[in-house]
Amino acid sequence: MKNPSIESWGRFPRAEHRTLPLAWRDQARLADLEGLLLAHGMGRSYGDSCLNDGGTLLLTRGLDRFLEFDESSGVLRCEAGVTLAQILEFAVPRGFFLPVTPGTKFVTVGGAIANDVHGKNHHADGTFGRFVRRFELCTSDGKRRICSPEENEGHYRATIGGLGLTGLITWAEIQLRRVPSPFIVQESLKMRSLDDFFRINDESEKDWQYTVAWIDVLARGRKLGRGIYYRGNHAPQSPPGRRISFGEPRLRVPFDAPNFVLSGTSVRLFNFAYYNRQLRPLRRATIPYEPFFYPLDAVGNWNRIYGRRGLLQWQCVVSDPETVVRILEVVSRARQGSFLVVLKTFGALRSPGMLSFPRPGITLALDFPHLGESTLTLLDRLDALVAESGGALYPAKDARMSAEMFELSFPELPAFLPYVDPRFSSSFWRRVRRVDEGAQARTA
Amino acid sequence: MKRIVVFGATSAIAQACARIWAGRHDALFLVGRNAERLEAVAGDLKVRGAPKVEFLAHDLADLEAHERLVGRADEALGGIDVALVAHGVLGDQMLLREDISLAVESIHVNFVSAASLLSHLANLMEKRKGGTIAVISSVAGDRGRQSNYVYGAAKAGLSAFASGLRNRLQKSGVSVVTIKPGFVDTPMTAHIAKKGPLFAHPDAVGRAIVRAIDRRKDVVYVPGFWRPIMWVIRSIPERIFKRLSL
Ligand SMILES: Cc1cc2nc3c(=O)[nH]c(=O)nc-3n(C[C@H](O)[C@H](O)[C@H](O)COP(=O)(O)OP(=O)(O)OC[C@H]3O[C@@H](n4cnc5c(N)ncnc54)[C@H](O)[C@@H]3O)c2cc1C
Ligand SMILES: NC(=O)c1ccc[n+]([C@@H]2O[C@H](COP(=O)([O-])OP(=O)(O)OC[C@H]3O[C@@H](n4cnc5c(N)ncnc54)[C@H](OP(=O)(O)O)[C@@H]3O)[C@@H](O)[C@H]2O)c1
Repeated sequence: MKNPSIESWGRFPRAEHRTLPLAWRDQARLADLEGLLLAHGMGRSYGDSCLNDGGTLLLTRGLDRFLEFDESSGVLRCEAGVTLAQILEFAVPRGFFLPVTPGTKFVTVGGAIANDVHGKNHHADGTFGRFVRRFELCTSDGKRRICSPEENEGHYRATIGGLGLTGLITWAEIQLRRVPSPFIVQESLKMRSLDDFFRINDESEKDWQYTVAWIDVLARGRKLGRGIYYRGNHAPQSPPGRRISFGEPRLRVPFDAPNFVLSGTSVRLFNFAYYNRQLRPLRRATIPYEPFFYPLDAVGNWNRIYGRRGLLQWQCVVSDPETVVRILEVVSRARQGSFLVVLKTFGALRSPGMLSFPRPGITLALDFPHLGESTLTLLDRLDALVAESGGALYPAKDARMSAEMFELSFPELPAFLPYVDPRFSSSFWRRVRRVDEGAQARTA
Repeated sequence: MKRIVVFGATSAIAQACARIWAGRHDALFLVGRNAERLEAVAGDLKVRGAPKVEFLAHDLADLEAHERLVGRADEALGGIDVALVAHGVLGDQMLLREDISLAVESIHVNFVSAASLLSHLANLMEKRKGGTIAVISSVAGDRGRQSNYVYGAAKAGLSAFASGLRNRLQKSGVSVVTIKPGFVDTPMTAHIAKKGPLFAHPDAVGRAIVRAIDRRKDVVYVPGFWRPIMWVIRSIPERIFKRLSL
């Protein structure tokens, strides 16, 4: 059954798939399926790593059952299509929290493993994969393996950050974090320049579990890198009389916005207003975890404000501040408009994943409305700066990096390759491995 | 704590309801035909907080077993406060047209077996003078259409049956809730690739069903917008309706 309705979060590129919705673990009889396969969770990856044009997507959202929970240790075993939102709804009232969460809670456990996602606590706790104790992996030869640091260690390390290429994860066991309250003590500090970022960040990393900064990408010259620095810790207790509520996002974008909505003017206005919204140099508040971790989740499908042409995300990690300066200079001069520019430092805690993206350094994430060639050229220029400094790009946010960039980004690639299931592939993978699509389709 | 039995407990809609009940710490007894899947559902409900979950695998097309199944649930739970009858099959109308035995089978599962279960539950609750019986019918039962009149007829029969039962049990303090979902994104509709805006998520449908049972409603459409839609569809004169390709 052809299904043209599946898109990634950036809505670029477009793809057509056969889809196979899985509702039960026993339906994962991969040896009986034809063509090239790929698991697909919530499709919150921006580019083409969750797409498999011309092939089959195994839709995992129906695999959303809990299997076991140990209230004393906080170890949760659940199916791979369970979303982080479902885990929060279950765990928060019981005094637990996700060990690591990306900037949206609408991702599946399988997707969080396959991209080895990171959050605002990377400097303190590392990636999601570090809290995955074991999982079941189904491969196209019909085997089901339990993978952990002790058992099938190779498959374990390859699958964490493995971009869905090693097979289908059906369930996983995760270590949750016990927290004193679901509220966050947040401080936001105004940064007048990039120097401010590094100074505040140095002061903050020891005592604050969560840190991130928003940058006004249009500021130039002495103001380059100005923005707002956020840091947070779990509040020691819930403020009296305040409760956490759960539910679906209230707001939705009803249709694709016309292209002018994201014009240069609106981006400038947004950045200006956002920076100047905070007048005092430091603001402190105790807020629920939702607005702290998931400000974007408040609007259901905000990606539609970028219109039919979609958006391109770009996220790198580099080890030196000079490269960050160079990147920001190029971006601010290009004036291509970016609402959400996020800067953070990654810590040194290592992930078990072979292709894990985070590594010690500074990570910068930008988004651009897809304006065609000019946007692609700009991103190529940014890639070159990253390549020069020995940095890496994040596949979860990519729709266009070159094969060379991919290889430079992941030195452990040769160790990973033997674990790629020959019947699993993605649009991303064929692009960065320069696979002739026709040839692969014929042999599969 | 309520004591709740669910027939067709592996249904996506039934699971959504059961999760809410588990979160409220109700005791559950599950009946379906696939033991392995029932076990997965039971495990999930236990983690979510149900103090007691038991299950029994049996094909509900087997009417002989119904009295025993209801008895086992009653025994295991120590009485039944709520019963949800959720099992059903959609079937491919084109196939049912060619192979009439398949059509009869569809009517057997969707109408006869559900009516039989309702009857056993009704007799038990009537005696006890209390309880709620909820049954999942469908908007498809509101009017026969060429694209699925076998399924629609069975659901129409089920709606009428439930209405009669409600009338009979009124004086015994037993409520009967007829649930008429529109399109829901579940394994039953997995063959429809492009889900339009009329499709509801099973979680939303589950919340609406549990609310209707809490409030002992008579007939509910879920989501509610189906009530006016079906009113319009029912109001079209047959001489026009028969020409439409629905
Ligand atoms: C608003 C927003 C903010 C974000 N913030 C962050 C952030 O702060 N940090 C970060 O790291 N990421 C972030 N992301 C990216 C997102 O966390 C990842 O792309 C995540 O992997 C998406 O999960 P998903 O369930 O949607 O998976 P999909 O996008 O559907 O799939 C992602 C990959 O996982 C694989 N996969 C999915 N399920 C399985 C399975 N069961 N078995 C095997 N492979 C599987 C797929 O094949 C694919 O390769 C953000 C995304 C958005 C939209
Ligand atoms: N989805 C919709 O759009 C929609 C719309 C209106 C009404 N409904 C009604 O909603 C109810 C639930 O359906 P759903 O959407 O949740 O689909 P579903 O997930 O496919 O559930 C149907 C369930 O019925 C069970 N079943 C079928 N025949 C059975 C039998 N002979 N014995 C025991 N169990 C049997 C199936 O068990 P197995 O898993 O073992 O096959 C399955 O669990 C059904 O009554 C359906 O008619 C659905």
